[in-house]
Amino acid sequence: MNKILLGLLLGAVLGAIDGGTAWFYPEVRAQMVGIIVGSTIKGLIAGVAAGIFARKVNSVPLGIVFGLAVGFVLAFLVAYMQHDHYFAIILPGSIVGLLVGYATQKYGVLPATAR
Amino acid sequence: MRSEAFASRKHKKTFYESATNHAMRYLSDKALTRLRTSTELPDLGGTRYRLIAQMARGGMGVVYAAEDERLQRRVALKVLEVPGFDGDLANRLMREARVLARLEHPGIVPVHDAGTLADGRVFYAMKFVEGQRLDQHIESLASAPDRLRIFLRICDAVAFAHARGVLHRDLKPANIMVGSFGEVLVMDWGLAKLLVDVLKLDQLENDAAIVRSSVHPDSGTVIPASMISATTGHGRVLGTPGYMSPEQAGGEIELLDARSDIFSLGALLRYLLSEKLPRHSSTLLDRSLEAICAKACAPAREARYSAVEELTADVLRYLNGFAVGAYRESIFEKVTRFYRRHRFFVLLIAAYLLMRVLVIVLLRH
Repeated sequence: MNKILLGLLLGAVLGAIDGGTAWFYPEVRAQMVGIIVGSTIKGLIAGVAAGIFARKVNSVPLGIVFGLAVGFVLAFLVAYMQHDHYFAIILPGSIVGLLVGYATQKYGVLPATAR
Repeated sequence: MRSEAFASRKHKKTFYESATNHAMRYLSDKALTRLRTSTELPDLGGTRYRLIAQMARGGMGVVYAAEDERLQRRVALKVLEVPGFDGDLANRLMREARVLARLEHPGIVPVHDAGTLADGRVFYAMKFVEGQRLDQHIESLASAPDRLRIFLRICDAVAFAHARGVLHRDLKPANIMVGSFGEVLVMDWGLAKLLVDVLKLDQLENDAAIVRSSVHPDSGTVIPASMISATTGHGRVLGTPGYMSPEQAGGEIELLDARSDIFSLGALLRYLLSEKLPRHSSTLLDRSLEAICAKACAPAREARYSAVEELTADVLRYLNGFAVGAYRESIFEKVTRFYRRHRFFVLLIAAYLLMRVLVIVLLRH
């Protein structure tokens, strides 16, 4: 599996899990579907970005920092739009970015020309 | 000419026997031992080699360290044992040299020269390998992956030989050398069998010229190399117990193929991982590795790996944390292997989920 596809899949899965935890907050339970879709897209974007970065830069620490930064920025944007739940959105979103950043550096196959 | 040569040889033999009897009466044991040792040493007169020391003694010949005075380098000389006037052994030594010369591979000791010494003994010169035998070196290999990497290099050399139509037939720890720079060399191809008889007829005829001892002492007739090949093979058991395949132990020479060496490689792998003799190994191996050993050492040759490359691929799969072809894992074993292979990542995901639970709990309270 190539690094971009890996980032895409992992970001989408972790994003969906991230969004699914909204079920534990009764006040937003009515918007569950929207939250899960939005969170999945957020994770997906972070995963693809981390995958592209991993193709260009071969460094696990830099990959982690990049993933963390992308996850943070995306989660911050979502939280900023809602003007609420900053901690509940930014912390998990940043960690999803960190995880896909690490995974795309450590796993996945580089294209033959990039090796 | 031949009968004259043999008459002279017989005369010399009688003379030496008589001289020895006289000497035994008057010389001390120590002096006799020294005398015996010096008479056993090969006569390197007329060659470019200078004897340094005896290194090892095998069933067929003695290996000496020698100096190649022309190229000024150290070489190892394998010289036929005393008394070396046996055509079968001489031809086998020469055949071993020829087989080795055909196998140019980093894992196989290269031959530099071959011929007959002034005393009639056949010899060949090969690279002088500084290092230890695998059974001595194994103590310094602490981890299983290190041992497996050594095993893979042995497999590479054997696979190369098989690709050139040569079976080793005597793979065992004592026949593997590990050099001081980590190079792994498969030694002692004295029992090697050619799967494809590529030695040309003219080469076989040359055997008779090079190997004077192949001339039958009574009749003076030259023993054909093809006949020697048959006597070294059919019906005779050659090899090392514990490392020999059942078909080899049973003397079924016509059944020998790459799978026979694969059996020996399996026994070697088991030895490497247990540090004990294959028959007496009791250490519990990893199930995948045990399955690889069991498949390689299957009593029925049809059940073994069909090529060394298959065995190598399975060992490589094990080393890289993948499932091996020789063993069907349970779900639990698959999960365990996945965890071992991706430990850090699994722990990260677990930490993430834990963090997620903590965040939910904290925010709800």
